[in-house]
Amino acid sequence: MGKKLLSVRDSNRCIGCYSCMFACARVVHHSFSPHMSAVQVRTQGGLQGKFSVSVCRGCGEPQCEQACASGALTARSGGGVILDVDKCSGCGSCAKACPIGAIPLEEGLPIICKHCGVCAQFCPHSVLGLISCEEDLC
Amino acid sequence: MLKEQGPKVLTIDLSSERADAVRRPDLCHWLGGSGLATALLGEEIKPEKGVFSAEQPIIMTIGPMTAIYPVVTKVVAMFRSPLTGGIGESHAGMRLGMAMRFAGYDGIVIRGKATRPTYLVIDSTGVKFKPAGPLWGTDTEESGRILREQEGGRGHRSCMRIGQAGERLIRFAGVNVDTYRHFGRLGLGAVFGSKLLKAVVIKGDENQSAIANPAKFGKVYSEIYKKVTATETMEKYHGLGTAGNVLTLNQIKSLPTRNLQASEFDGAGEISGEAFAEHNLLRKLACAGCPIGCIHLALYRRSFGDASQEYEFNQIAYDHELIYALGALLGLSNRSDILSLILEVERAGLDAMATGVCLAWATEAMEKGLLSEEDLLGRLSFGDVEGYLKAIRQLVQQKHPFYQAMAFGTEVLANKYGGRDFALTLAGNEVAGYHTGYANIAGQAFGARHSHLDNAGYSFDQEKEKVTIEKLADKIIAEEIERNALSSLCICFFARKVYDFKTVVKALNALDFDWEEQALKDLGTQIFLQKRIIKARLGFDPSAIRIPRRFFQTPSFNGMLEVESLERLMVALRTKTDELMDKLEAKSRIRQNFQE
Repeated sequence: MGKKLLSVRDSNRCIGCYSCMFACARVVHHSFSPHMSAVQVRTQGGLQGKFSVSVCRGCGEPQCEQACASGALTARSGGGVILDVDKCSGCGSCAKACPIGAIPLEEGLPIICKHCGVCAQFCPHSVLGLISCEEDLC
Repeated sequence: MLKEQGPKVLTIDLSSERADAVRRPDLCHWLGGSGLATALLGEEIKPEKGVFSAEQPIIMTIGPMTAIYPVVTKVVAMFRSPLTGGIGESHAGMRLGMAMRFAGYDGIVIRGKATRPTYLVIDSTGVKFKPAGPLWGTDTEESGRILREQEGGRGHRSCMRIGQAGERLIRFAGVNVDTYRHFGRLGLGAVFGSKLLKAVVIKGDENQSAIANPAKFGKVYSEIYKKVTATETMEKYHGLGTAGNVLTLNQIKSLPTRNLQASEFDGAGEISGEAFAEHNLLRKLACAGCPIGCIHLALYRRSFGDASQEYEFNQIAYDHELIYALGALLGLSNRSDILSLILEVERAGLDAMATGVCLAWATEAMEKGLLSEEDLLGRLSFGDVEGYLKAIRQLVQQKHPFYQAMAFGTEVLANKYGGRDFALTLAGNEVAGYHTGYANIAGQAFGARHSHLDNAGYSFDQEKEKVTIEKLADKIIAEEIERNALSSLCICFFARKVYDFKTVVKALNALDFDWEEQALKDLGTQIFLQKRIIKARLGFDPSAIRIPRRFFQTPSFNGMLEVESLERLMVALRTKTDELMDKLEAKSRIRQNFQE
């Protein structure tokens, strides 16, 4: 089985339940707080607007990796990056470098998506999903 | 977290612009939500002072599972109701629970009165008092827009605000929560207005919230999540939503129509949940932390201006209660007409049910010659939306004597102008949309806040198996006690079948709260009785409740209702409550003796 990559399939179907954020926080970061999630669902123009889903899209040549001076981020085969927390200086350059602003910083540390797909498992409307890297994007 | 040192309660004094957060370990046994709010209300309420006295409190609470488990999304607000003078309690969802949880407060108490229009910004660092001069006079949509622009915290905040109805102290004004949910009932909006409090923005900015036992918690969370999403239990709320009730109730002669002159509506098919879904439903939304998504938004497009091809669009949340109160009850069978009334009520920040009941009473009073066109500055007749739109605008403007009286609610109007027999209120609160039978009427008359949600009497009326009056009274009381326990945890009542007490105990245990099923039942009883004690302090006499004759003149699901049977049910409810109270007092006497 090849590597998987998280994909935002259709944010028009999002109902704003935040189950994805709570899942990432709970399972990956062992926190109750939805701030501790690599996925951040936001509204545009309040709840009358559509939802936007901010998360790592797993680009092939990650700008965040290139911006990291301490070598904490390395490119992940199949897309995205892997974080070595011990090497991270907390400078925030990665978050600034991400062209779509998809790296949240909490307490100076970046929250890097692992493309594990736990958020997708808890999405009741399949807004998020995992795709195989053999497919389209990779 | 609530467990460690007791609930954290933020007290805000609008008069002195001071705020203070303290742990209340002494209140641990009230858990949170309704329990904690009832305890705080007992401490703070001033029975001898008027409903708009600066000293009256506004209390908001969450529970230990809020924004932690699925569908635990409600915030409980308690206050002295300007509409009834009694206990005001209203529940709302959207993002408020999550915002309070991650701002770090289990309870918020607001008292005093601001010296100028003010809005509050609350986060984990404390409270900011901000001038709301330019916001005063704006409707709930505009104020929401401005506050979102001004305040940060996107995606993790909640924004409560009142419309002109609250500012002008209309006693059934509600508080808008994040555009699509409300503290709708019993007049919290007017209490905000009386304190010159326009809005409260809460930012859930806290990221330090480590899970003590991730494996144990994750397992219980997943079990509950699966139960919520994978089973049929919740589908009705996501599918058609509560609007699915319209047709069902109509079929069983339980849909109050034209001020309950009838219980069947020939236009029901046009205004059913099915029709709204097919023609108007735009999308669905969920409260933060709830995968169901029961909030149904209709697209309402309307033209404006004299020129053609000019349109504005609105997204309007609809539910059974709104379709009942601003539809069938007013004889309206056109969905766009209903949406136009909901929009008017939403923008001004009124309670939809109270507004609908008020207007329905006024229409019949006009039919019967108790009110003239001069009184109302126009005509009201069932099925005519234009008259209703004008009346709501007059009500909000508060410039004319009749509409100034209307600001006090249907009960006061009927006392002044006559027509009490067809004024659809119980203990001063306008009734909900179910003419199912005795348990519905007695349930609302008897319930602590006189809401259909106190004990869901309407659902007992619809059960196939008929029981004795005594048994029915037992069921109503047991349901109210259970609901008090659930709302002390802020679990949305839609998920009450998912969260049986066994599941609740498991969920609490995974957070290291030691609770047992019996303790939850006892807590429910304790809250139930404590609310009765507070109501008595506020001068409420349960034997003096007037039951409008109209309920006995229109057939219900259970046929024509009889005064005597209802009276017997009311007596049974009172007697059984007194017995529970005696038991509680005996228990506390024993405890006292033991301690001495």
